[in-house]
Amino acid sequence: MVSKNSSKPQEKCIGVIGVGSFGTVIANMLAEKNQVMVYARKEEVVLEINTVHSAQGKSLNPNIKGTSSPKEICEACEVLFLMISSSGFQDVVQSFAPYLFPYHLVIHGTKGLCLNLEKGQTLDSVKKIKRSQILTMSEVILQETVVVRVGCLAGPNLSKELTQSLPAATVIASKYNEVILEGQSLLRSEKFQVYGNSDIIGVELSGVLKNIIAIAAGALAGLKLGENAKGLLISRGMVEMVHLSNALGGSVKSVIGLAGIGDLVTTCNSVNSRNFTVGFRLANGEKLDEILASMDEVAEGINTIRVIKAFLETADLRAPITEYLYRVLFENYDIKEALQFLMKYPFNVDIDFF
Amino acid sequence: MEEKYLKHKYDPIIPSKNEWPVVKLARERKEFVKKVSDLAEDRILDLADQNPDILKEELETTLYREKLRIKQNSWVVDPDDEGSFWGEVKASLLQINTSTDLSKEKRLQGYKSILNRITSRYAEEIASNFKHTHYKFTRSVVTFGFSRLLNAARVKGFKSIFSNQYTLQDKIQITGETDQLRDLATKGTVVMVPTHFSNLDSILIGWTISVLGLPPFIYGAGLNLFNISIFAYFMDSLGAYKVDRRKKNLLYLETLKTYSKEAIKFGCHSLFFPGGTRSRSGMIESRLKLGLLSTAIEAQRANFQEQKNDISGKVFIVPVTINYHFVLEAPSLIRDYLSITGQERYYKENDEFSNSYKISKFLFKFFTKGSDISVSIGKAMDVLGNYVDENGDSLDKKGRKINTRDYFVSDGEVTVDHQREEEYTNMLGRRIVEEFHKINRVFSSHLVAFTAFEMIKASNNKLDLFDLIRLPEEDITIPYEEFKVNCQRVMDQVYELKSQGLINVAPHLQQDMDAIISHGLDNVGMYHAKRPLIRDSEGDIVTEDMSLLYFYHNRLTGYGLEKLF
Repeated sequence: MVSKNSSKPQEKCIGVIGVGSFGTVIANMLAEKNQVMVYARKEEVVLEINTVHSAQGKSLNPNIKGTSSPKEICEACEVLFLMISSSGFQDVVQSFAPYLFPYHLVIHGTKGLCLNLEKGQTLDSVKKIKRSQILTMSEVILQETVVVRVGCLAGPNLSKELTQSLPAATVIASKYNEVILEGQSLLRSEKFQVYGNSDIIGVELSGVLKNIIAIAAGALAGLKLGENAKGLLISRGMVEMVHLSNALGGSVKSVIGLAGIGDLVTTCNSVNSRNFTVGFRLANGEKLDEILASMDEVAEGINTIRVIKAFLETADLRAPITEYLYRVLFENYDIKEALQFLMKYPFNVDIDFF
Repeated sequence: MEEKYLKHKYDPIIPSKNEWPVVKLARERKEFVKKVSDLAEDRILDLADQNPDILKEELETTLYREKLRIKQNSWVVDPDDEGSFWGEVKASLLQINTSTDLSKEKRLQGYKSILNRITSRYAEEIASNFKHTHYKFTRSVVTFGFSRLLNAARVKGFKSIFSNQYTLQDKIQITGETDQLRDLATKGTVVMVPTHFSNLDSILIGWTISVLGLPPFIYGAGLNLFNISIFAYFMDSLGAYKVDRRKKNLLYLETLKTYSKEAIKFGCHSLFFPGGTRSRSGMIESRLKLGLLSTAIEAQRANFQEQKNDISGKVFIVPVTINYHFVLEAPSLIRDYLSITGQERYYKENDEFSNSYKISKFLFKFFTKGSDISVSIGKAMDVLGNYVDENGDSLDKKGRKINTRDYFVSDGEVTVDHQREEEYTNMLGRRIVEEFHKINRVFSSHLVAFTAFEMIKASNNKLDLFDLIRLPEEDITIPYEEFKVNCQRVMDQVYELKSQGLINVAPHLQQDMDAIISHGLDNVGMYHAKRPLIRDSEGDIVTEDMSLLYFYHNRLTGYGLEKLF
């Protein structure tokens, strides 16, 4: 196995699209075993990658080549890691679509949801949405391109810790075993364990839904409610994730896995994450507009709450944490009152799934 | 009322019968059966990991099930030597099991030889018996007989039996992508996948294929049909191979799949009813039996492996829907459905096609009364469900040319990955269902049955399906005017869907609503003893059989039309 890998490391080239913090980490990990090409939209970033081997200040393995041409990276690489933010996801996928073919394997690491609405419609104009109007990131890829062998990367993977080579693990989810095996062989190392899961929708949803709970965790911290309350939130949050994920087509099992509960615990404890910060500042009396104005990137959880709220209008389901967070964020509801309601909410049964 | 359906008969695309793939296959039958049996053996050995213990278990399971089948469920068509064959298998198995001094290798050899005997037997049993003379004869009997009956019925008078005023094509309308189908059938291999509502379908499709000038397709027909001599003759001559649904053991299923895959690779156009059996509920199949469908994908991959990358090695999937006003077997089908769904306490087997007399009676009724059938041919797709252009090249959603081979490639080579192909089969299945809905044609009878049932359901919204069906028929009356309004609403929605390309409608729906309703009522389940829908003396709508009404109503489920009520 080792000899096979070392005999042809130069032939196979792995593509990484996007050089944000997570993209850079993944590119560096991949570069340990393989030739890697990264794509960045801005010419100056590409120049930086190819001359001083860093991307926006984050250092890159010198063997990594940069390009700003979707065509070049798609032709050079059969396996592509899509590491971009959810807000630009659909546009990027569309711009790559003409160069993607059915032989490509695409693994994405984006946590977010897209909407599949008709032209001219927005979330504000429709108010209610059905499952068919929500797309997970893998569904965006399937809809916009001819690639079918799609996978996703999810789990507790804070870029900062990965850069320091602290031990961690991730989940690669795909309907196709070959995608999981390929991802495992490319990424697995002594410090990085890679699990496989065939329930890609469930894994993607876990990664998305946990952001809602992270906002709530920030709010608890902002209100200084202590560790018991956090334990309560994580447990109730997980139950809510299970029900939502189920309603959206994921399985219960994935929520209990690394991408679900694993990522949830990490995110609820990482005080620097954007979602946590939103909750924290809300609890300290700031309004959403003020918070958003001072953040350079949108916290994904806010978008997720809006989408899930609209979905709840058509689904026969209650998700109290999401619903109250929505009211706090968008209807000027007082966060302390929301908490009162949640404490009184009749959750009589500890676990009501399985 | 006039529509553009096919009236003329096409010239055969391959004039010389000796060039027909099915004839070539029949010529090489012996070698082909041998090949299938050997390949099936390899597949099973692979599945058993070349491990004598696993293989032994499979053989014993097969033996046990076969013995049980012979004892409990034997049919007229079963060969006489079945008992002795399986007796021998048992003896050979016992011999290997009891000789303790055999090496692992020797044991494997022993089991392999038993395996080979079984797969050879299965392959021989499955293989079709196509004879060109029989085919020609059957085709002319069907066409001649049908059109004689038709003319006698429609053009009155004794002499009319020799009239040619009406042909079968007036009765059975073929619409859709007929030219594309003909074209692709000359260039590549076609796998046709029709909806399945009635036993008549196979004959109907066989006839359609011959009208279109296509060489005969091979297809798997339930062995039970071969119990009836008249069907056995038709089936054999139409190129049917035999599928025995009683045999669920691994050895049989693998042999069957190998047969289908090799026949497609050979270039034989094939026909699968992807629903597996007739739709019990009357709904368009939504969950397909994917076993045989997977063989189309395997055959395509195997062609790519053998570097047959041009169109001659390409497999095309062509969905077809068949629409009736009337399904002869409806009463027993819906009874099956209801009892399978669990609410009726018993059900009794009552097959309307159980003997030749009943069939002839049905055919006579069918041709002497005015009930039309339409066969819609859908757009051809590759095995991944992409549409193809006139050169057989696959197109993606944006119309860009793509290569089907790429789906099977990893690291630059075509590779065998069963798990991947399983997923592809699921994808193809979903695409076929989607196409079925798009090319499905709404008939007046579907419209009235759907509307009536939904109205009854809406006015009894506390009842579940089974209570609804047990409602006393004499208590149900729908005032005509109200009925008409609702039919119009459904119809408007149907046209809305049609404008989005999600459904199709028969031309007789272009009349005014009164005419459509009366056409629908006249035709819906018209030969059943109890009619699903009629008008009473006051002109209101009543039903004589709720389950039948449900059956015909189901044809329009799956479009979200229920939301109108």
